[in-house]
Amino acid sequence: MSEFKETFNSSLGKKLIMALTGLFLCTFLIVHVGGNLLLFKHDDGFAFNVYANFLTHFPPIEVIAYLLYLSILVHTLYAIVLTVKNRKARPVGYAVTSSDNAKWQSRNMGLLGSILFLFIVIHMSDFWYNYKYTDNVPYKEYRTDLSSGITQSVEFVPTSPKFENSVTTENNFEIVRVKDLHERVKGSFSNVWYVIFYVLAMLAISFHLRHGFQSAFRTLGWVHKKYTPVVQFVGTWLFAVIIPLSFALMPIVYFFTRN
Amino acid sequence: MRFEVLNRNTTQDFRLRTTDFIKMSNGNMNLTLKVWRQKNAQTAGKFVNYKAEGISPDMSFLEMLDVVNEGLIHKGEDPIHFDHDCREGICGMCSLYINGHPHGPKRAITTCQLHMRTFHDGETVTIEPWRAGPFPVIKDLAVDRSAFDRIQQAGGYVSVNTGGVPDANEIAIPKVIADEAFNSATCIGCGACVAACKNASAMLFVSAKIKQFSLLPQGQPERYRRVQSMVAQMDAEGFGSCTNTGACEAECPKEIKLTNIAGMNLDYFSAKLFRQEELHEQGHGEG
Repeated sequence: MSEFKETFNSSLGKKLIMALTGLFLCTFLIVHVGGNLLLFKHDDGFAFNVYANFLTHFPPIEVIAYLLYLSILVHTLYAIVLTVKNRKARPVGYAVTSSDNAKWQSRNMGLLGSILFLFIVIHMSDFWYNYKYTDNVPYKEYRTDLSSGITQSVEFVPTSPKFENSVTTENNFEIVRVKDLHERVKGSFSNVWYVIFYVLAMLAISFHLRHGFQSAFRTLGWVHKKYTPVVQFVGTWLFAVIIPLSFALMPIVYFFTRN
Repeated sequence: MRFEVLNRNTTQDFRLRTTDFIKMSNGNMNLTLKVWRQKNAQTAGKFVNYKAEGISPDMSFLEMLDVVNEGLIHKGEDPIHFDHDCREGICGMCSLYINGHPHGPKRAITTCQLHMRTFHDGETVTIEPWRAGPFPVIKDLAVDRSAFDRIQQAGGYVSVNTGGVPDANEIAIPKVIADEAFNSATCIGCGACVAACKNASAMLFVSAKIKQFSLLPQGQPERYRRVQSMVAQMDAEGFGSCTNTGACEAECPKEIKLTNIAGMNLDYFSAKLFRQEELHEQGHGEG
């Protein structure tokens, strides 16, 4: 067996891949929640739509995006491989098991991860796929009066099917024409079942990261009297509370403030 | 002394304690045991119920099983097979998965140190063997733990030169390092970590056996080759992977810390990814 294969096929090597992809996905969440906070701006989606347009048309981000999709798939695949191997290590189960020797989330990472994978598939097919590969997302035109700074939005139907976006200045008006993802967000978040599913998924991500973030550092071998408490704090408060709560508030707020 | 302390508490507390003493002196616990019986690794096993009657609360769990076995032998039945040796918590031979816990419900003790006063009269106690593919059942509650021996043989040693006896304390070792290494070295290799882990992972055992040497100067020459050999053997035996649940640490009779596993990971990745001169493949003589 080659050295490379021996390293990454070993139980520790597979754990290393889980930890690294997991932490990469964690860093993505920070960016994702930061950008999506623009949904809370009362500007008829101007900032959010410009941001979505930027993400899909800036080449370096597109490269990172593909790295991200790969990470999701590798993390999922290795989780399945490791789970199968772990199940095989105990062919006959116990009649009586106890649950007080480990935290619930640490024993149910597979269940939480499965919920999250289902969520990611639904989430990406709803927004990402429709935005990038279909005409299901309408366009909008934002006209900003450069002297007063007031922005007004109007419907816009592109004449050419190849139209993607445009920024022009006419008669002291800045005209921005972009896909109106915000409209699709509003549509999705007006469905109560969708909102419930999103909130449950965010609860799952909270528990998943409550264990996963600090566990990744343990797997990497970084345990330190001084720094592990910092990792625990960040894993608990940022990744298990602030980020999932911010995400969960988006569908909730949109649902209760819908017209 | 004990009465003095208790007398200072309320009278009600005192009365409760007195009844406890009466119960203990009578030694009249009756239990139902649900025991895993299995002829050998090839045949399927099943649970069989036994009555354990007139059990003193002062008995250890193994002594209780001795009493039950004596009854079985008198009746001409096959006694329950279970592993035991020193019966003072240091040999790592006793096992038993009792009511969902390796070595029973109490923390930081082995089964031989578990007393029957932990259970209450009339309780049903479920006793199972360690469950793991690499620990096949030999008979009933006794499992074959030679997988641990093979992992140890793969690298759990230090090489020592023959010759004159070196002076004691010739090599300076800081107290904190000596203490840490000793904590890891207290692992008795009983396999409770494997039994407790939902993945049947042996990483707590393996990491303790690695760290007891990797911290000390005497362990340095083989440090990076040891971790690779032992992890390779651990994988070959078919143990699961660690998911850092911490169940092993919670159930370990010697309270071996989960941090050992992180230490093992660090040495392993360091060896595999950054120390090409230490690569496992490049023939260090291990066979």
